Amino acid sequence: MSFLEYAPAPESRAILSLRDRYGLFIDGEFVDGRGTPFQTISPATEEHIATIANANEADVADAVAAARRAYDRTWSRMSGRDRGKYLFRIARLVQERSRELAVAESLDNGKPIKESRDVDVPLVAAWFFYYAGWADKLDHAGLGGDPRSLGVAAQVIPWNFPLLMLAWKIAPALAAGNTVVLKPAETTPLTALIFAEILQQAELPPGVVNIITGAGDTGAALVAHDGVDKVAFTGSTAVGRAIAKQIAGTDKRVTLELGGKAANIVFDDAPMDQAIEGIVNGIFFNQGHVCCAGSRLLVQENIHDEVVERLKLRLATLRLGDPLDKNTDIGAINSKEQLERIHELSEIGVAEGADRWSAPCEIPENGFWYAPTIFTNVQTSSRIARDEIFGPVLSVLTFRTPAEAIAKANNTPYGLSAGIWTDKGSRILAVADQLRAGVVWANTFNRFDPASPFGGYKESGYGREGGRHGLAAYLAPAATVGRGGAQFSTGRGGAQRRLETGAAAAPADLDTASERPTRSTETAAKPARRTRRTAKPAKKGAAK
Amino acid sequence: MSRLAVPKTYKLYIGGAFPRSESGRTYEVVSASGAFLANAAKASRKDARDAVVAARAAVSGWGGATAYNRGQVLYRIAELLEGRRAQFIAEIEEAEGVTRAVASAQVDESIDRWVWYAGWADKFAQVAGNANPVAGPYFNISVPEPTGVVAIVVPQDSSLLGFVSAVAPALVAGNSVVAVASERFPLSAISLAEVLATSDVPKGVVNVLTGSPAEIAPWLASHADVNALDLVGAGDLDWISLEIEAADTLKRVLRPEQGPDAAAPALGRISAFTETKTVWHTKSLR
Repeated sequence: MSFLEYAPAPESRAILSLRDRYGLFIDGEFVDGRGTPFQTISPATEEHIATIANANEADVADAVAAARRAYDRTWSRMSGRDRGKYLFRIARLVQERSRELAVAESLDNGKPIKESRDVDVPLVAAWFFYYAGWADKLDHAGLGGDPRSLGVAAQVIPWNFPLLMLAWKIAPALAAGNTVVLKPAETTPLTALIFAEILQQAELPPGVVNIITGAGDTGAALVAHDGVDKVAFTGSTAVGRAIAKQIAGTDKRVTLELGGKAANIVFDDAPMDQAIEGIVNGIFFNQGHVCCAGSRLLVQENIHDEVVERLKLRLATLRLGDPLDKNTDIGAINSKEQLERIHELSEIGVAEGADRWSAPCEIPENGFWYAPTIFTNVQTSSRIARDEIFGPVLSVLTFRTPAEAIAKANNTPYGLSAGIWTDKGSRILAVADQLRAGVVWANTFNRFDPASPFGGYKESGYGREGGRHGLAAYLAPAATVGRGGAQFSTGRGGAQRRLETGAAAAPADLDTASERPTRSTETAAKPARRTRRTAKPAKKGAAK
Repeated sequence: MSRLAVPKTYKLYIGGAFPRSESGRTYEVVSASGAFLANAAKASRKDARDAVVAARAAVSGWGGATAYNRGQVLYRIAELLEGRRAQFIAEIEEAEGVTRAVASAQVDESIDRWVWYAGWADKFAQVAGNANPVAGPYFNISVPEPTGVVAIVVPQDSSLLGFVSAVAPALVAGNSVVAVASERFPLSAISLAEVLATSDVPKGVVNVLTGSPAEIAPWLASHADVNALDLVGAGDLDWISLEIEAADTLKRVLRPEQGPDAAAPALGRISAFTETKTVWHTKSLR
């Protein structure tokens, strides 16, 4: 028996009290969906977990209508102080039910329990706790005094961090005073539906958060719905493009958190023990199902062999298997479809001449699994160096000079994240300056915090989530009320869009609102939503 | 006896030079009363692509300059504009058919707006950036950085103020710009280019195309090396199609505005063309 062999230590599933069937959570209650229900399964065993309702267009319309009612009648009129108290309640309820949520997440998603327990769920609570405090302090969000909420937010989230992405979306939206219709990913709806129960326990007013399950067409119907004011999407760049096209010409605001192909740059003076751990964490955390994963390792040429050797040694000690086992490092791939994509790109890597090495580990008979894999001798032109694999596959490339490292790191249409490993502080800052990426980790990787803005450059999307910037993505300056719902609007149906690129504020000293004619005293006096409705551009239909 | 005037040939401004359109095309620019003013260059797709190449080449130098330096360079433009007040006033009077007082007010506001934006260069990051109190032993800071190459369809109903209001804010954070001038009032934009060429703005940081926005804008909207598209003056074009084309490369897009307040001065005009970068670093005594 080697030191790597331990007795199984599975987390108990007894803490779960799952239902056989889950409905859609609309207007504070679970209701049947009108689409064909689907199964959610454990990717580790392919066992059925529950039957999930499928929202069709009529269900989407109901959910948006419920969110609109809740916005008009309750949430937009509630004091920030009270909105904040609901969010604090939710944060506490998540903490109280944290083990249950962690077990459900690992069961449904396939990620190791040590990650759902120690990373995902604690961050979910932290996210609600952080934004709860913002709800009555919006004057300090960087948009000038008395900023206003946008209305109904349509939020579509991916399967890699199901509950955490829910928190990233819902917490700032509610703090800012918006109501929400959220669609979890088809393969991972479970924790969102348990979260709906938490909302009931928190006595959140009905309709403030609606959760509708379904596949891509449900999400597309939600994004397209006329009653939606804000779209927030995390997922693939291809779908992000489609959303950007879909909302063109409307007055919907949008935040897109898309793909990545992050460079993790290791200089020869890097603190080697930490760097090895950081590289492993960078790409094998969550089976590599991470949009900001450090999937391109750029190693200074003179330490390439040493780094690869040490990586192989380290990867050989990773334990792949039952996600609910507390000793597990690498869980299951989330779906058959994703596993096939990883296999496909991996085979392309071999065909393009790269050398593949996979950690020697036993692959369970059932479920979807992929052993941690390293490609060396990778060309920058190879697809495994360009395409997002979204799996536990690392491509290793080399560089000689810092300038070459920067050029190679930036040689991608993506720009979400990057890593730098060196003991030289001035080099870290200079390299960080040159990298075209929204998040740069220096001598660490894959750190997340509700206070820290996250989001991409270039084709990794736009807008930020987290921190003050993430709050601003759900607000507009007070000056635009009655003039069409965007920062620079003066006409044309208020079809302007303010990109959420930061503390983008119309400074109070510049605010010319008082000099500008409002549409009429009648519309100016009514809530923002009414005025924006009347201001819809006639051209809107042309966009579809 | 009056002196025979020497009229100016108005050309494009690309990469610090004043080329004619490679297409050889021009179009007639007339005054408010219909009198001939000039044959302006009618930029082609190739000219637009040349302008993007020049703008891309200028990004690293301009974006990498210190904020203090960018502020001074931008302020210098205002200084030179001030010296040419009379020229711009006369140009606007003739082109727009407005009184001297109205033309003067437009020039004065353009200069003052330019000064306002110049002053933001070394303050903007302090207002838009953040130190983030993360829960762990990490130094964590967020700063705005330039988006890159910004293509702008400037407001079409003014000679100088619209151009200045759209172009100046995009320059503050360190972007380079390809500006499509007002089709009807292009002459002041080219005269402004002469100011830029003789100030300290590096070549390629601002590129000016004259001609048909309806013809040029689609090439810029679909160009993969353009990072952002400001449609502030595109209200009379099929701007929804432009926004859809821009989505193919996930450009940052600002939608049209109309009226005298179009592109009113705002911090948001600067931040719209920035990207927030967040840097984490470990803290340790070891």
